[in-house]
Amino acid sequence: MKPAAFDYIRADSTDEVVQLLAEYGDDARILAGGQSLIAALNMRLAQPRVLIDISRVEALSRIRVSSTTMTVGAAVTQAVAEQVVRDNNTIPLLAQAFPHLGHFQTRNRGTVCGSIAHADPSAELPLCLATLGGTVNLRSRRRRRSVAANEFFRGVLTTAREADELVESVQFPISKQPVKNSFVEVSMRHGDFALVALAGLVSDQRVHLGVGGVADRPWVETLPTASGDDLDAALEDLVWKLGAQDDQHASARYRRHLVRNLGRKLISELGAS
Amino acid sequence: MNDPKTSIRAANWTGQALQRREDAALLTGAGRYADDLGIHPGTLHAAFLRSPHAHAHIKSIDCSRALAHQGVRCVLVGSDVRGWAKPFVVGVKQPMEHWCIAVDKVRYVGEPIAVVVADSRYIAEDALDLIDVDYETVGAVVDTQAAIDANAPVLHEAVGSNVVSDRQFVYGEPDAAFSAAPHRVKIKIRYPRNSCTPIETYVVVAEHGSEGDYDVLSNFMGPFSLHAVMALALQVPAAKLRLRMPRDGGGSFGVKQGVFPYIVALCLAARKAGAPVKWVEDRLEHLVAATSSTGRVSEIEAAVNSDGRISALAYDQLDDCGAYLRAPEPATFYRMHGCLTGAYKVANLKVRNRVVLTNKTPAGLVRGFGGPQVYFALERLVQRIAVELQLDPLEVYKRNFVSAGEFPFRTAAGALLDSGDYHAALQLAWQRGDLAELLKRRDAARAEGRLYGIGYAAIVEPSISNMGYITTVMTKEARAKAGPKNGAITSATVSIDLLGAVTVSVASVPHGQGHITALAQVTADVFGLHPDEITVDVELDTRKDAWSVAEGNYSSRFAGAVAGTVHLAAGKLRDKLTRIAAAQLQCDAADVMFAGGKVFAHSAPEKTLSFSRLASGPHWAPGLLPDGVSPGLHETAIWTPGQLEAPDENDRINTSGAYGFAFDICALEIERSTGKVRIDRYVTAHDAGTLLNPALADGQIRGGFAQALGAALMEQFAYRPDGSFASGTFADYLVPTAVEVPEPLIAHMETPSPFTPLGAKGIGEGNNMSTPVCIANAIADALPPETDPQAIELPMTPSRIIDLIAPPEEQPAHIAPAATGDGKQFATSGSVTIAASVEAVYRVLHDPRKLASVIPGCRRLEAVSDNRYVADMTLSVGLVKVGFHADISLVDEEPMRRMRLSGKGSGALGTAEGDGRITLTEVADGTRLDYDYAFSLSGKIVAVGARMIESATGMVLQQLFNRLGRVAGGKAPAGGIWQRLLRLFGLHRPGAGERR
Repeated sequence: MKPAAFDYIRADSTDEVVQLLAEYGDDARILAGGQSLIAALNMRLAQPRVLIDISRVEALSRIRVSSTTMTVGAAVTQAVAEQVVRDNNTIPLLAQAFPHLGHFQTRNRGTVCGSIAHADPSAELPLCLATLGGTVNLRSRRRRRSVAANEFFRGVLTTAREADELVESVQFPISKQPVKNSFVEVSMRHGDFALVALAGLVSDQRVHLGVGGVADRPWVETLPTASGDDLDAALEDLVWKLGAQDDQHASARYRRHLVRNLGRKLISELGAS
Repeated sequence: MNDPKTSIRAANWTGQALQRREDAALLTGAGRYADDLGIHPGTLHAAFLRSPHAHAHIKSIDCSRALAHQGVRCVLVGSDVRGWAKPFVVGVKQPMEHWCIAVDKVRYVGEPIAVVVADSRYIAEDALDLIDVDYETVGAVVDTQAAIDANAPVLHEAVGSNVVSDRQFVYGEPDAAFSAAPHRVKIKIRYPRNSCTPIETYVVVAEHGSEGDYDVLSNFMGPFSLHAVMALALQVPAAKLRLRMPRDGGGSFGVKQGVFPYIVALCLAARKAGAPVKWVEDRLEHLVAATSSTGRVSEIEAAVNSDGRISALAYDQLDDCGAYLRAPEPATFYRMHGCLTGAYKVANLKVRNRVVLTNKTPAGLVRGFGGPQVYFALERLVQRIAVELQLDPLEVYKRNFVSAGEFPFRTAAGALLDSGDYHAALQLAWQRGDLAELLKRRDAARAEGRLYGIGYAAIVEPSISNMGYITTVMTKEARAKAGPKNGAITSATVSIDLLGAVTVSVASVPHGQGHITALAQVTADVFGLHPDEITVDVELDTRKDAWSVAEGNYSSRFAGAVAGTVHLAAGKLRDKLTRIAAAQLQCDAADVMFAGGKVFAHSAPEKTLSFSRLASGPHWAPGLLPDGVSPGLHETAIWTPGQLEAPDENDRINTSGAYGFAFDICALEIERSTGKVRIDRYVTAHDAGTLLNPALADGQIRGGFAQALGAALMEQFAYRPDGSFASGTFADYLVPTAVEVPEPLIAHMETPSPFTPLGAKGIGEGNNMSTPVCIANAIADALPPETDPQAIELPMTPSRIIDLIAPPEEQPAHIAPAATGDGKQFATSGSVTIAASVEAVYRVLHDPRKLASVIPGCRRLEAVSDNRYVADMTLSVGLVKVGFHADISLVDEEPMRRMRLSGKGSGALGTAEGDGRITLTEVADGTRLDYDYAFSLSGKIVAVGARMIESATGMVLQQLFNRLGRVAGGKAPAGGIWQRLLRLFGLHRPGAGERR
């Protein structure tokens, strides 16, 4: 469990990062918090020629909160974002999700954008970003572009990011009105990747239900809030559309059971009062 | 001044809950673990090449590229080992060979094949990727019951079967008892493979000396009978294999026993390198290949009277020992042989034990060793007896327990249960846990439709293993030929230094049990000193220390055997000091007292000698010793329990020196919505004889309980049907953390053992034996009564529970079925319409240059014959990016219509094999390509990435067919290409696209 040799470059500016990405492309990997990358390096699942460490790029270490969005830079740790979210109470869904996200030790190192870029289908932050309808800001030497979360996540560990692009920041929308929301997760142990995670929020009498851990990416479905046959049928369709798979920790049936039961419970709680 | 007579009574350190002396160093980073110790300049570093296959012949190994890599010194391979070593000896005579690394065949994923020795571990690992091994894979057998099938692939051809030992035992008259019994209750159980995963992994530093000797530093823990196994494998006299073990062990739980084949391999690697070699096992290596408990399949049946009394028991047990029978296996069976009747008075017993080999990591010592497997069967059976006969389970226990007045009690299979009061222990648990209250809670919960259950377990906890028990696997004729083996020989040395201070030295190799603390307590009492004044040396050097065959840190032998032997050695030394003191005090030896750092005559306590002055004197003035007292203050005691005899001619065997007892009660609730188990209360009442230090005893209980909770609810080494291993990280092998482990209520009672010097018995493994089945019984009690009792299988994950209790479900007809990603082979199929002619598509597939551009990540593709290609490819999914070499064949089954595309890839991360059919059909808008593809992965990639790697590989196939469409001149179907392709190829069956 020792990594293969690589060059390490500590970038000082975003320009330098995108310059390096333009030069090395898929032969480079961005090192931010390293919570997935270092393990992958040690197991030689990844053997990049170059690691570009962005953790000390000042411009990437900021969180900006406006009246409509919270923009989290690529080097911002999950712990810092968690604190901001808790302090200003603007995105309660995130505040609920953060405690499920690994352990405080991993949140101290791991970054928000790193989790988004990694696109693990069981991870909490991609699920929240997709459910909230957030955006990923990509930057390369060629251009800058913003991609909606539901376009960004394309499969297991696969995103719309091109090899020369940096996830410069992600943007979580802040609702003007108070929004009812809820986050529940079932995992084998506290801090594990979710077997099933559900993120729900209500707007315009509809529930946006995000499901993590089942399909190959976060899946967001809009469902009626009122309980009844319509909701049950829509939920049952969703349960099966996710294409749950068996693995060594849980059967497909178990995942369907959780989406069905916890989903109904979550929606009825959100729909009530 | 204190009255010395009073202080004698006051200074009774043994039995006090003293804090651990070890902890200050451990908590401040001053621990001295094997990896921390200095190594000689010029020490090289080793890495192991391991098999990605569960079962394969090694046709050739080519190390030339690895040897050319800068910094690589040598590579040890099977042919070296054949020349210098021998296969390991084992207790079952069969024509099978287990070498320290594979010589011609691999039999489990992770089996060592070669050892690279290099200037650094990094370079050594680089070189692993440069060794070319040509394998010829053969069918693997993973399931224990499948392995005994006559048609199963055989691991060791010369044996001719995977059953390497089949023994039947009859004690009393079980058949008559079964015929006469009004009730027969039976259950079949499966116990999974798991382990106790110490934080510290294996460490070996080996050196080959100029006299042909081997000098090894390792965190090996015994049993030291394995020293002989290693020396025989290395073909040296035992004295030429020097083993040194550090003061601090980072956890073992039996597991460090399994380092011994690596010690031999690294001795040989050091010999080949001509330099010392160090190896530290990494976590992946540890989980894949270190060791495992045996997996057990048991059918157990009881003949029961109407009042619940058991008149006979019958076991039919299969033990999955993995790919090799590695010493001391099949000890998992025989360690428990005397205890097969548990805590019960059952005179009639019959047993069939079959030792089974499968393509898995060899099994070995794991805390509880044999106990969890036996008690899972026996205590599930007791629960079933209560249910089927509609009896209160506690009544079943009480009616069957051996009574307090019957000890020492000889069990049917020969164990001599030394002491105990099982009824009192049950009562203690009942009171301590307030069972009456728990029963009320259960009633209340059930009235609300909640799933609340209460389970029990009663276990006899053996400690101080009889070295002769393993010979029970042989017939009495074979035993007679081999010569008797018995005993549990233990050594300890106590000495006094020039300034009169006491040092204790033991051959026990601690791994966190608190040896230093407890031995200081025991010794302090002997000499009337404070425990802090006692130096305890727990390092072990086989060339310098007193040691013998049963030494080491296993079978909970510390309290009963090691501390007891220290007490004997200290007593010998005190006797000598007594005679010296009697001369100086001019009193009778019988009158001499040791207390408060003073020595005095009981009859004249006012005249005292300082202990250190008395004790140092003989060093400086041996000439002044009284007549008949020899010089020297250095006493070694060697003890073995006299009750540990060899198996008798009726196969009766007293398997252990002492037998503790535990009675557990577990109350839990199952959350219906998630299947999660919440333990409401867990009570564990222990009788381990005299407690040397109750705080250490509680620590043992808490640790064992946490591990047992893991075994009950989450831990399992997962293998796929092809033998690939899927639990290579702690994200997949799930160990409970502090958050998941409730605090058990602990109660103690003390019935001293008449057979150990201090009356102490082991307590280290009881909860590993009792807790898994106690939780399982509680779950069984909580689940609806119609639940199949045999479906209670560990680990009882939430998923397993929900699969038992959730209502049936039905997939809506309008939703396309998902692929059966069942964790076995990954199969994918689908179809894509390409806007190009059949001929154009066909041409691409048969043009190496174009085919190269179609295969994602293909860097080079060469045709080696008409329909065979070799390619270098890179698989890139997210941050994962790995290169591999592929061998691809494309065979026309029907020209221009049906082709078979087979591929085999291998790289540093493992191997992939795929095989599928492609069918081309002309359709209105071009060509429809249908494919039906299955592939399997093996090796490291499965061990560390099972959670997502298949779907990722599935995506590569999608890319392949997508590109095929483009290169053939067409364009992919309209619509969100990725979205559509994913639906088409990745996770859905053929025709899914058309239907949507």
